[in-house]
Amino acid sequence: MGLDRRIIFALIFLATGLPLLFPVNLPITPSPRVRAAFDTVDRQPPGTYVLMSLDYEPDIKAELQPMAIAVLRHCFRKGLKPIVLTLYPAAPGLIERALVIAGTAEGKKRNEDYVFLGYKSGSQSVILGLGESIRQMFPNDFWGTPLDKIPMMKGKNSFADFPLVINLSGSSIADYYIRIAATRYQRPMVLGATAVMATDYYPYLSSKQILGLIGGMKGAAEYEKLMDITGDARRGMDAQSLIHVTIAILVLLGNLALFLTGGFRPGGSGGSREGTGR
Amino acid sequence: MNGVETWIAAILTICVFSFLYRDNPLYRFAEHLFVGSAAGYLLAVQYQNVIKPNVVERIASGNMLAFIPLAMGLLVLGRLWEKTTPISRWAIAFYVGIYSGIAIPSYLQAQVFAQLADAVKPFEPGWHAINSVLILLGFLSVVAYFFFSAPHKGVHGAAARVGIWFLMIAFGASFGYTVMARASLLIDRVLFLLRDALHVLPAI
Repeated sequence: MGLDRRIIFALIFLATGLPLLFPVNLPITPSPRVRAAFDTVDRQPPGTYVLMSLDYEPDIKAELQPMAIAVLRHCFRKGLKPIVLTLYPAAPGLIERALVIAGTAEGKKRNEDYVFLGYKSGSQSVILGLGESIRQMFPNDFWGTPLDKIPMMKGKNSFADFPLVINLSGSSIADYYIRIAATRYQRPMVLGATAVMATDYYPYLSSKQILGLIGGMKGAAEYEKLMDITGDARRGMDAQSLIHVTIAILVLLGNLALFLTGGFRPGGSGGSREGTGR
Repeated sequence: MNGVETWIAAILTICVFSFLYRDNPLYRFAEHLFVGSAAGYLLAVQYQNVIKPNVVERIASGNMLAFIPLAMGLLVLGRLWEKTTPISRWAIAFYVGIYSGIAIPSYLQAQVFAQLADAVKPFEPGWHAINSVLILLGFLSVVAYFFFSAPHKGVHGAAARVGIWFLMIAFGASFGYTVMARASLLIDRVLFLLRDALHVLPAI
């Protein structure tokens, strides 16, 4: 019971690094939620405008950046026109990188096949504003070009002009999009969320307020599988599995040790309840 | 990222991970650097994105109405001194009123009425009916658990105990997802170190 916690850290590091160095490519089966998200994007006819709000920063890029790249590549491959924005101040650099990776892979160009509007402060009030006038919220794109000078933005000025809204989010901004875009403006919506958040949004699938849900790195890996591409999410899934197995074994061993030392009995001597301080 | 940027990021990542061994000056250096640079970055972005377009440029173009939100914003700073604290409440009251007006109707519409309608909709055909039954059972039993105006006895008590089981299953699922999320963060950093810094793995 006096196991040095640094041994656990070392085991987790090994469980992370070894599968990345020596991948075995464990099978990935797309869940109905991710398939529904994929099918919703896939059903859109070429030329359809999609409003994409990518609301994440470097702290959760591990989950949402591969997801953003996969969804953007899907849009590009289908000939859709993503109009991308963010409500997070540290997001533009990540999103620009995702757009470059996805655009290069699918042969798409800025302001011809997609527009990046950049960041706007105000979260909920910005989403409300998008329902009335995109130009009031974002007079220029991320690079300072006035929207009226971008030909593909002609006639596109509010939620009503977008048959699909996609929000990849690591915060309550997802709630705001569900309240305003999906419910008030009745826009079909697909949501990508961090794994921590994912279970909170299952009810909205049932009520059809969102049409698909991509949850965490696993959801992103499933989307990559449906796209038949290999990105960081699929690369990470072997490690993800081995980490989970390692944690499960450690939990079982810990409980077994506690049981054997009488820790489950009231007043049992086994297992200190306090940390070792290491 | 170019080579120098990659190595700065890699060294800072290792500095932060060194905390797993024990607290040390390298970890604290990385932590303080992060706090300082994040605060500076946010200040610059908020000035460029909020103050400059909404106040500076509007006043410069002769739009004197911009002084009203500017004054409201300055009132909030009244909280810094005890004597001027009451006037800060005027601006906060305005903000709370506006926010409530925006948030409450949309919250009720999207997260109460729509969810209630879904909970009591007709059962779906075939095997999907089992899901519908579980959703309805979960909904009613969890509501029973959180209904504290009557003692949890008899039928109400039994329903509340079922509600606890539904809650435990939901917490378990949520915790499983949380473990996955934390593992994802570690995988991303290790992938970065192995691929971008050490070039042991092939690039994207």
